[in-house]
Amino acid sequence: MLKILKYSFYDLMRSRWSYVYFAFYLLLSVVLLFLNSDLSKAVITLMNVIIVLVPLIGTIFGVMYYYNSKEFTELLLAQPLKRSSIFLGQYLGVALSLSMSLVLGLGLPFIFYGLFRSNAIWDFSLLIITGTFLTFIFTALAFNIALSNENKIKGFGFAILVWLFLAIIYDGLFLMSLIIFEDYPLDKLSLIGTMLNPIDLSRTLILLKLDISALLGYTGAVFKQFFGTNFGLIVSFIMLVLWVIFPVYRIVYKSKRKDF
Amino acid sequence: MKRFLQHSILLIIILTSHLSLCQVVEVCNNCKISSLKDAISKARDFDTIVVKKGTYKEHSIIVDKPLTIIGENHPVIDGELKGEIITIVSDYVIVDGLHIINVGTSYTEDYAAIRVKRTKHFEIKNLILEKLFFGIYLEKAEDGKVYNNKVIGQAVEEHNSGNAIQLWYSKKIDIQNNNVQHVRDGIYLEFSDDCLIKNNVSANNLRYGLHFMFSNNDIYEDNEFTNNGAGVAVMFSKKIKMLNNVFKENWGTASYGMLLKEINDAEIKGNTFEKNTIGINIEGSNRINYMNNNFINNGWAIKVRGACYSNKFIGNNFLYNSFDISYNSNINDNTFDKNYWSNYTGYDLDKNGIGDVPYRPVKLFSYIVNRTPETIILLRSLFIDIIDFSEKVSPVFTPDNLMDNHPLIKKITW
Amino acid sequence: MVSIQNLHKKFGKNNVLSGVNLDIKEGGIFAVLGPNGSGKTTLIKSVLGMVIPDKGTISVLGKSIKNSSNYRNKIDYLPQIANFPSNLKVKELIKMIKDLRSFTNHDDDLITHFKLEPFLDKKLGNLSGGTKQKVNLVLTFMFDSPLIILDEPTSGLDPISLLRLKDLIQSEKAKGKTILITSHIMSFVEEISDEIVFLLEGQIYFKGTINELKTKTGQSDFEHAIASILTNNHA
Repeated sequence: MLKILKYSFYDLMRSRWSYVYFAFYLLLSVVLLFLNSDLSKAVITLMNVIIVLVPLIGTIFGVMYYYNSKEFTELLLAQPLKRSSIFLGQYLGVALSLSMSLVLGLGLPFIFYGLFRSNAIWDFSLLIITGTFLTFIFTALAFNIALSNENKIKGFGFAILVWLFLAIIYDGLFLMSLIIFEDYPLDKLSLIGTMLNPIDLSRTLILLKLDISALLGYTGAVFKQFFGTNFGLIVSFIMLVLWVIFPVYRIVYKSKRKDF
Repeated sequence: MKRFLQHSILLIIILTSHLSLCQVVEVCNNCKISSLKDAISKARDFDTIVVKKGTYKEHSIIVDKPLTIIGENHPVIDGELKGEIITIVSDYVIVDGLHIINVGTSYTEDYAAIRVKRTKHFEIKNLILEKLFFGIYLEKAEDGKVYNNKVIGQAVEEHNSGNAIQLWYSKKIDIQNNNVQHVRDGIYLEFSDDCLIKNNVSANNLRYGLHFMFSNNDIYEDNEFTNNGAGVAVMFSKKIKMLNNVFKENWGTASYGMLLKEINDAEIKGNTFEKNTIGINIEGSNRINYMNNNFINNGWAIKVRGACYSNKFIGNNFLYNSFDISYNSNINDNTFDKNYWSNYTGYDLDKNGIGDVPYRPVKLFSYIVNRTPETIILLRSLFIDIIDFSEKVSPVFTPDNLMDNHPLIKKITW
Repeated sequence: MVSIQNLHKKFGKNNVLSGVNLDIKEGGIFAVLGPNGSGKTTLIKSVLGMVIPDKGTISVLGKSIKNSSNYRNKIDYLPQIANFPSNLKVKELIKMIKDLRSFTNHDDDLITHFKLEPFLDKKLGNLSGGTKQKVNLVLTFMFDSPLIILDEPTSGLDPISLLRLKDLIQSEKAKGKTILITSHIMSFVEEISDEIVFLLEGQIYFKGTINELKTKTGQSDFEHAIASILTNNHA
C-alpha cells in the first residue's frame, strides 16, 4: 500500500492540478492577509472558503483521479497486489497531496505573516486540521462514488450532487425542519443534525473557537454543555474520524467485490 | 441682641472646639481604648480616631457624631457574621483604610459592612471589604464620596447575596476608583440622581456589573465591566450619560454588555463592547445617541426589541460581530449613519471614504435566530449566506428602510 | 496450469460467462477466440482476479485464486489498452513496476529489443499509441513468470515490432512457459498458437488445435472456419 501511496502521491505532486490548487490557496491567503491585515478576520473568511471549496475540490479531484487512472489501476490489479492496498494507496495519495497543497498554500503566507507570534495560531491550526479532515472525507466519498459508477458522466454528476447536498441543500432542509418543529425542544435534534454532515460538523467546530460559542449559550443548556466543554470538541473529532473511517471502509469493501 | 450673643458664643465654642480641641483618639488591641465602639463613645465631635493594626471583633458600630475614622495598615474589623458592622448616622463622617470582614447574612434585613443612613458630606475610602452580604449601603445619603474601595464578595446564588455598592434614594454621590468583584450587583443605583460613577472596575459579579433603576441624570464613565453574569443594566431612567466604558466578556444565555430598558434621552459615547453574547440589548428606549462606540466580536452587537424610536447610531465601529443588528419586527424608526461595518462588502469608486452602496446591517438569519434560537448552529453556512443575500436584495422579513446610507470604508479612529 | 470449473459471470442482466470449464496444461500457446462480447476478456480477467466470478472456481498452479493476490507473481499480464499515468516518465514507470513486483534485469534487453531507448526520458502522456504498447510489452515480459496472458498484444504495433513480438513469444514458449492470448488478428493467431479455445455466448464452443477446428468445420482455411462457426450459430 505504501508503494502505491508513494507513486500516486508523486504522480499527483507533479500534476498541474496540485500546483493550481496550491497556488489558489497561496493566493487566497496572501490576498486575505495583506489586504485585511487582521488575522482573525482572515481566519473567518478562510473558514467560509474551506468548508465550501475543500469538499468540492476533494470530490471532483477524487472522482477525476479515479477515472483518469483507471487503466493504470488495471495494470496494478494484474500485479501481485491486494486490491485494498491499491485503492487505499491511491486514495491516500490523492488525499495527502490535496491536504499538502492546502496546508502549504494556507500555511506559508500565515507563517510569513507571523502566525507563530499571534494568538490566532489555535484558530488557524483548527482550520487546517478540519480542512484536512474534509479533504480525507470527501476524497473518500469521491472514491466511493467512482467505484460505484462505471459511467464517468454519471460519476461526476453524482459527485457534484453529493457536494451540493452536503454543502447547501442539507442545511436548507435542516433549517426548515428546525423551524417546523420549533415548538419542541430542538437542541438535541440540531446537535444530531450537525453531527451527520461533515461540512456542518467542521463549520461548528471552527466556529466554536471563533464566535459561535458566545451565541450558543443563548440557545440553552444542552448546547452550552456540549459546546462549552471539551466534550463537544472530542465528540466532534470522533465524528470526523468516523466520517473518514466509514467511506474508507466502504472503499475496501466495494473494491473487493468490483469487476474491472 | 441677647439671642444673637448667645448664638455667637455657641458658634465660637463650636469653632474653637473644632480647631483647638480636635483630638486624636487611638485604638489598639493593648491600648486603654481597645474597641472602636468605645472610641466612638469617648470621642468628641470632629475628633479623629486612629485604629492601629490588629483585629477587632465588633459589630453594630454606630457612628453618631462627625468623626474621622482612619485605619493604620488596614486593621481588621471582624463582624463575626452577627449583623451589620458600621452604621453612619451623622453628617461629616470619614471612614478610611479599614479592612472589614464577616458581615451577617439575613433574609429580612440588608446587613452591610458599612451603611450610611440619611446623612450628608461623608467620605468612604480605601476600605477593603470581604466576606460580606452588602458592602457599602448608602440610604438616603447625599453629597458623599466613595473612593478607592475594594469589595470582594463570595456570592454563589443571587437570592442570598448582596451588592457591593448600593445607593437607595441618594443624591450627588461620587463613586470613583473602586474595585468590586464576586457580589450580586457590583454597583446598584435605585432612585438615585446626579451621581458620578467613574474609573471603577466591576468584574465577575453574579448579576450585573452596574445596575440602574429609576435613577436620572447620572454619569458613568471610564469604568470597566468584565465577565458579569448579565452585564450592565440600565432601566427606567432618564438622561444618563454613558461614556468611555468597557463592557467585556459577558457570555451566556441572558447575557449582554449592556441592557437598556425604558431609557430615554441618554448619551452613549466612546464605549467598547467586546466579546459579549449581546453588545447592547435595547427595549423601549427612545432618543438615545450612540456615537463613536466600538462593537467588537460580539454575538449580536445590538439587539433591538420592542418599541425603540428616534435613536441615532452614528460613527460607530462594528467589527467582526456575528450579527451587527437584530430587530424583531420589520418597522424601523432609528437612524444608522456613517458607521464602519466590517461586514460591509461594497466599494468606494469615488474614493471619498464612503461606500457607494448602502449597508443593511440586519440579516435575515438574525430574524430566523430570533424566532428559533437553535438555528444558530447553522451560522456561516453557505445556505444561510445565500438566503441572507436574497433578503439583502429584496427585504421581506427585515425593515427595508433600515440601512446605513453612508457606510464608511475605513475603521474610525478617535 | 490453469483450471476453471463451472465459471459463471453476469454483468447486470447480461450473462457473459455461463458455465465455462477449461483446463490449460503447462507449456504452449493458447489463443482465446470468440466474437465481440463472447466473454474473452472477462475470462482472462477472471483468471487474473480482476473480475470476481458469480459462481465457479479458478485455480492457478494448483491453488484456488479466491481472496489471494500472491499467485499473480506467477503471471505476466498485458492489458488491452495501455494508458499509463501521464506524468510519469517511461523509465520511472518501469522502475515503479519493478519496485512493486520483484527485482528483474530483463528490462534492459527488452528495451533494446523494442528500440525504446530514445523514449526512456519522455513522459508517458506524450507517447504515441504504438510506443505505449511497446512499453506495455516491456512491462509484461520483463518478469520471468511461468504464465503469460496477452490481451490483444498486436494493437498499434508497426510490422517490425510485430515481428519482434512474435519472436519474443516464441522464445518464451521455448522456455516452457504457458502463454494465453486473445486477438482479433486471425493470421497472428494461426501463426503462433498451438491450441485455440473458442468462446461463444459465454460457453466454450471449441477447444483444440487449429487443424482440429478445420476438420470439424470442414473448412480448409482458418478464417473461414471461424466464420462458419459464427454463421452457423447466428443464422
